[in-house]
Amino acid sequence: MTEPTLQISGLQVQVGPHKVIDGVDITVQPGQIVALVGESGSGKSLTALSIMGLLGGKLRNAGGTITLSGTPLEHTSDAAMRRLRGQRISMIFQEPVASLNPLLSVGAQVGESLVAHGKADAGSAWSRAVQMLRDVGIPEPEKRARQLPSQLSGGMCQRVMIASALIARPELLIADEPTTALDVTIQAQILELMRRLREQTGTSILFITHDLGVVASLADRVCVMYGGRIVEQADVDDLFDNPAHPYTRMLLATIPRVDSPRKQPLFSIPGTVPDHDDWPQGCRFRTRCPLAGDACLQTPPLEPKAAGHLAACWHSDKVAGMIDHG
Amino acid sequence: MTLAATPHHVGSRIAKLYRIAGPFSLILLGLVLIAIFAPLIAPNDPNSQNLMGRLKAPGTEARGTLYLLGSDELGRDLLSRIIYGARVSLSVALLSVVLSGVVGTTLGMAAGYLRGWTETVIMRLVDIFLSIPAILLAIITVAVLGPGFVNVILVLALTRWPRYARVAYGQTLSVAGMPYVRLARAMGASWPRVLLRHILPNIIAAMAVIATLEFGLMVLFEAGLSFLGLGVQPPTPSWGATLSVGRNYVTSAWWIATFPGVCLFLLVLSVNLIGDRLSEYLNPKTR
Ligand SMILES: Nc1ncnc2c1ncn2[C@@H]1O[C@H](COP(=O)(O)OP(=O)(O)OP(=O)(O)O)[C@@H](O)[C@H]1O
Ligand code: SF4
Ligand SMILES: [Mg+2]
Repeated sequence: MTEPTLQISGLQVQVGPHKVIDGVDITVQPGQIVALVGESGSGKSLTALSIMGLLGGKLRNAGGTITLSGTPLEHTSDAAMRRLRGQRISMIFQEPVASLNPLLSVGAQVGESLVAHGKADAGSAWSRAVQMLRDVGIPEPEKRARQLPSQLSGGMCQRVMIASALIARPELLIADEPTTALDVTIQAQILELMRRLREQTGTSILFITHDLGVVASLADRVCVMYGGRIVEQADVDDLFDNPAHPYTRMLLATIPRVDSPRKQPLFSIPGTVPDHDDWPQGCRFRTRCPLAGDACLQTPPLEPKAAGHLAACWHSDKVAGMIDHG
Repeated sequence: MTLAATPHHVGSRIAKLYRIAGPFSLILLGLVLIAIFAPLIAPNDPNSQNLMGRLKAPGTEARGTLYLLGSDELGRDLLSRIIYGARVSLSVALLSVVLSGVVGTTLGMAAGYLRGWTETVIMRLVDIFLSIPAILLAIITVAVLGPGFVNVILVLALTRWPRYARVAYGQTLSVAGMPYVRLARAMGASWPRVLLRHILPNIIAAMAVIATLEFGLMVLFEAGLSFLGLGVQPPTPSWGATLSVGRNYVTSAWWIATFPGVCLFLLVLSVNLIGDRLSEYLNPKTR
């Protein structure tokens, strides 16, 4: 077996005494697109920032291992971590327009990671940036490179961000809801672009989203996150067909379906995500789970339920029999 | 990448600059030119005394010298002293603004970006400095260091850096939280690179506004110190010092205090108006 591009196990992140991330396991194989899904506040962004070594302020890494193509990252110094960023791991964000420096030309920003790491002088970084802009489908790249971000649309800015993230050919791209701020057509174009770039460059992608439609159309594999833990991890078709965790099952029921009767109201998961300092003991989904029982006072481990299909639930065998809310 | 500096571009840049700075910038420009070309413009040696021509009224002539703005208590030509005085005012103000601006901005940015104990130490210091009345601090330190051109600049910089530091600190905090700074860090930019390439250019406009307003204040501080005899030392002509001497002769020779006073007024007024227009121009809410 080849070495995974990214292997996270038992990752923990603390804010003061509270574990906001408590045992996250994610594996991304080379060339794979893995989606990380979950409601707001489940810890997706913190997981990403902790991989990047960019946790700041009161947040700190409190345990677990992160391995990038065989390189363990958890004991890497800040300086060495900085050299990996933009070179071996890149990250793109929501808010494409605000993510670009308003005073720097687009071309300079795309070439930034080459110059910042001393991989190219300004001139050759510029020509590679223009080429990269062409690769991400920006028309008239020579002209666009000279423009400021304010002269570009949101969708274009997202392409620029992708170009700057991929110019150094990183092994892993982390995309934190890169399409959430864009309208549907542009969103589809950006997803298409990411799919194409993955084919061309073989970059692995960890794609964070709470849109299951996006997951279905893009991902090879899915990690479902709840309350700072991974509750289920499986290949995308397997997950959609045979969810093994009640939370996943209920998330899937929230997707509007073309074949469902029009008048029927959309299902939503009852209750809200508790605050990170207010998790119930044992299974963190207990307060909202229709299958919850006494066993659930103990934390269920993330364990194989079928080949390549992991779930953290004492009652996964009953998930298939849950009343269909949709 | 950069536009070639063709005459057309230079012309339109100047026009744009004038639109931003407003008509009062012409007064400042005039005073700057006067200061630069003082030896060419001044009709007389500013320091040559003429005891027979003391306290002559504007327009009078004595021993072949025409005193266009009158003469002072030592018979020196007031016009020439005012022209040379512009050099003192402008250079002290400029140098102290540059010095305090660079020091203050650097420390403020360091505090705002590095946070932690750096932030605590620098911002406590800023609070302490800002709680002492600036002119009082300046007077005390000059009294310790001794007066003189260089010392005045050092003292003014020492007194004024906290103002820049506080603004740079606040600006850095807000810019450091911008998504583009987060992206730059995710691309592996080192902290000096983040500060110089991403934060400084985005806060420099705010710093320029402060620097302009401070410039006017520094002109007044220098005049004030010289008025008290703590600034540049005689016989070097300074508007503040001339004003101070003129005070003794307000009734008998009104011109000695009046003309430097008017010059100070015009200089500070024009600088402050430019500062106001600049801050209005750079404020995204009013643009
Ligand atoms: N800087 C911080 N300091 C303290 N707590 C934080 C900080 N950032 C995030 N948290 C907490 O950590 C939890 C996870 O946050 P995170 O941003 O990872 O969620 P998310 O899954 O990305 O949500 P969203 O879909 O809204 O982006 C939240 O409960 C949040 O309150
Ligand atoms: S462990 Fe219990 S509470 Fe948690 S998801 Fe499974 S059934 Fe629900
Ligand atoms: Mg998030």
